[in-house]
Amino acid sequence: MSAVIEETHHDDHGHGPDKGLTRWLFTTNHKDIGTLYLWFSFLMFLLAGTFALVIRSELFEPGLQIVQPERFNELTTMHGLIMVFGAVMPAFVGLANWLVPPMIGAPDMALPRLNNYSFWILPFAFTMLISTQFMKGGGPDFGWTFYAPLSSTYSPPSTAFFVFAIHMMGISSIMGSINIIVTILNLRAPGMTLMKMPLFVWTWLVTAYLLIAVMPVLAGCVTMLLMDKYFGTSFFEAAGGGDPVLFQHVFWFFGHPEVYIMILPAFGVVSQIIPTFSRKKLFGYASMVYATASIAFLSFIVWAHHMFTVGIPLAGELYFMYATMLIAVPTGVKVFNWVATMWQGSLTFETPMLFAIAFVVLFTIGGFSGLMLAIVPADFQYQDTYFVVAHFHYVLVSGSVFAVMAAFYYWAPKWTGHMYNETLGKTHFWLSFIGMNVTFFPMHFLGLAGMPRRIPDYALQFTDWNMVATCGAYLFGFSQILFLFIVVQTIRGGKKATDRVWEGAHGLEWTLPSPMPYHTFTTPPTNMEEAHS
Amino acid sequence: MDKAKQVGRLIALSLLLFSGAAEASWSDINMPQGVTAISHNVYELHMIIFSVCVVIGIVVFGVMIISMMIHRKSLGHEPADFHDNTRLEVLWTIIPIIILVVMAIPATKTLDAMYNSGKPDIKIKVEGYQWKWQYTYMNDDPSKVVKFMSNLKTPQDEIDNLAPKREHYLRDVDNPLVIPVGKRVEFLITSNDVIHSWWVPDFAIKRDAIPGFINTAWTVVDKPGMYRGQCAELCGKGHGFMPINVKAVSQADYDQWIAQKRDEAEKQYEIVGKTWTREELMKKGDEVYHTICATCHQPNGQGLPPAFPALAGSPIATGPIDAHINIVLHGKAGTAMQAFGQQLNAAEIAAVITYERNSFGNHTGDMVQPKEIDAKMKGGQ
Repeated sequence: MSAVIEETHHDDHGHGPDKGLTRWLFTTNHKDIGTLYLWFSFLMFLLAGTFALVIRSELFEPGLQIVQPERFNELTTMHGLIMVFGAVMPAFVGLANWLVPPMIGAPDMALPRLNNYSFWILPFAFTMLISTQFMKGGGPDFGWTFYAPLSSTYSPPSTAFFVFAIHMMGISSIMGSINIIVTILNLRAPGMTLMKMPLFVWTWLVTAYLLIAVMPVLAGCVTMLLMDKYFGTSFFEAAGGGDPVLFQHVFWFFGHPEVYIMILPAFGVVSQIIPTFSRKKLFGYASMVYATASIAFLSFIVWAHHMFTVGIPLAGELYFMYATMLIAVPTGVKVFNWVATMWQGSLTFETPMLFAIAFVVLFTIGGFSGLMLAIVPADFQYQDTYFVVAHFHYVLVSGSVFAVMAAFYYWAPKWTGHMYNETLGKTHFWLSFIGMNVTFFPMHFLGLAGMPRRIPDYALQFTDWNMVATCGAYLFGFSQILFLFIVVQTIRGGKKATDRVWEGAHGLEWTLPSPMPYHTFTTPPTNMEEAHS
Repeated sequence: MDKAKQVGRLIALSLLLFSGAAEASWSDINMPQGVTAISHNVYELHMIIFSVCVVIGIVVFGVMIISMMIHRKSLGHEPADFHDNTRLEVLWTIIPIIILVVMAIPATKTLDAMYNSGKPDIKIKVEGYQWKWQYTYMNDDPSKVVKFMSNLKTPQDEIDNLAPKREHYLRDVDNPLVIPVGKRVEFLITSNDVIHSWWVPDFAIKRDAIPGFINTAWTVVDKPGMYRGQCAELCGKGHGFMPINVKAVSQADYDQWIAQKRDEAEKQYEIVGKTWTREELMKKGDEVYHTICATCHQPNGQGLPPAFPALAGSPIATGPIDAHINIVLHGKAGTAMQAFGQQLNAAEIAAVITYERNSFGNHTGDMVQPKEIDAKMKGGQ
């Protein structure tokens, strides 16, 4: 291991960033690439968030006000696709770029050129995806789950652009995850055994394997769709001997691990933050690692719980119900471990900790509704209603997105050398927290009362809670402008951050100066006491 | 003390929010109990799992809140040093498993009951179309099959905010599905185009309508009433505009309704449903020709040219049949030939065309069935 590090180190000596645009275009530096990923993700978050606000505005009251149903369907599709593939996933890859090398004592990512490629594919992929909005015949309008035959026989001509955009995103994700796996397995400093790695590194290792396993499945899925639409095959066409339900099996075989791809790194972030502000070691480190691995394994064998209403035989329904319920066990272990970490600690409530605590509470609420959704007979009532919308926004917004924000507040002083403004940070937290709950909590009521998802107009009895949700969405959405301001302000200046930054912080990244040098560990660190346990 | 004040304010605020919620009726924020034994079971299952979640939530969040209140650095709390406890970890792995097993038992029972295949009293095919539903009351006698489309009744003006929205906005259809109470009704659910999902919350039925495949669901409704649902699977731009109305009525009312519908169906079947023989067509055609067409084209088919052309040996009556059908259905502009599609039924038109092509010395030998004419009339051709 050390041989590899020394070679890299010789090459890099005395070499700083390029100037101007070429620094960003040709960079092979993990921090530059991490920055690119994070900014890209933020931009996509604001764009897809704007779509969400148009959707919420249309749903403020019954009747068609702002957009016609065709455009409404395009907006829900784009909102989902961009949030999943453009905002959440790149954000975590950005964090991995910034954090994995310093956390394991490496100088950089193992495959720097690949790292550059995997980022620079994304802007092209998303330009192509977004360009469909301006095409004749309209953009993709079949939801981010693009069920056939709505997305094949009945889809707009722009579907081919959607398919190729997904292919490119898949290639980017696969290259990114190969890089992360190789880095974690090969570039750890001497003494950094697997069971000493910070949880964030562990969760990303598992996530990267999930990505490699399922992105090809998604690629296969969209390719079959492409063949059905343009080349006369009948994979998903009953008339030609195919089966529309096959599409859903293939899609969700990708889709379920995908939801863990979006949450496991968030678990990692929270597992770094809570011990710091509790001034206490993470409770049950080993069980956290095993729970992560168990969740990843289970994610492969529960996919049909997204399809309880397609008419699966009784034995199938029962199997998928039991298997899904099982996920509650390792997930529960994680939540209990976080609570036990806080218990008897010496707690302070800086912005990252506020986001992390909100994560634990709200993610757990999303987990509860997930458990309810696993109960097949009840799921027949919940499926495809706003209850589901509430559920996955609780795990994705107050789960993944809050974790990314927590990560920014927690590590930004290390990245930039400046403390963020604590008052503004806390204001951002409370606005986001309140906005998020006002938006999504009433959606549980709407779903239970019978409002289906993905409808541009609704019956009169749903009006009140839709109005509340729309108000919350505006609060949450516009609070993110404050976040943008805080990010820019922190990059440009602010109180000088110490190297340790946080009183209770442990881990190799905190042994580096703030801001971190352009090349991380030019010599392998030896003080493994800093690593976990 | 400041903190205590803050907490007090927070509690007051949340009480306010809850009182606001309490004003809304319970049915606006919770799952309906519905009107079938199954839907009651599902509701109970929902309330049990919900309560279990609430209890777990109170325990977990309770511990967190206590920790956040008393284990604060600002209160001078020193951090403890534990980071493992095997017994505790085993315990909080096993307890959830036990809770899950306990939950799985009633869920399995209810699901089994839902899948229980008993003998249905009535079978209804439910077919999804972009963006309406078609209901077909199955019957072994093809002349007695009752079949109709069920469309959204809300006028476009209400949707476009040009007219005030009335009660049941987006929730009413023109032809509701009618079923008797107390009888086991089986639904055979499928689709004509994309995937739809047939959902009636009060029956706890949601089944995807998948093109090329048939899903089944059944229900026994306890009490009469109008039960409303809507499509639950994204199916294109009209997804939000394809409601479902099921009217459950007493057996007597149902019998009366279905008898009337069957009569209509039989009449319709007589005309367009069955396959006519050549003799039947020629006989009927002879009748129709002599009451309607003979005035102009003359009983012998020679016509009175130039105003009324002859049919005997005419290019229309001996040429391609489609042109012939077309001129009878739609007439010929600028002449006395009217659009008979507006005046005669499909059987009459089919018969008279067949007759014209095989009389007056015309021997095309072909014929056309009323159902073909019917399809053309409905297709707007």
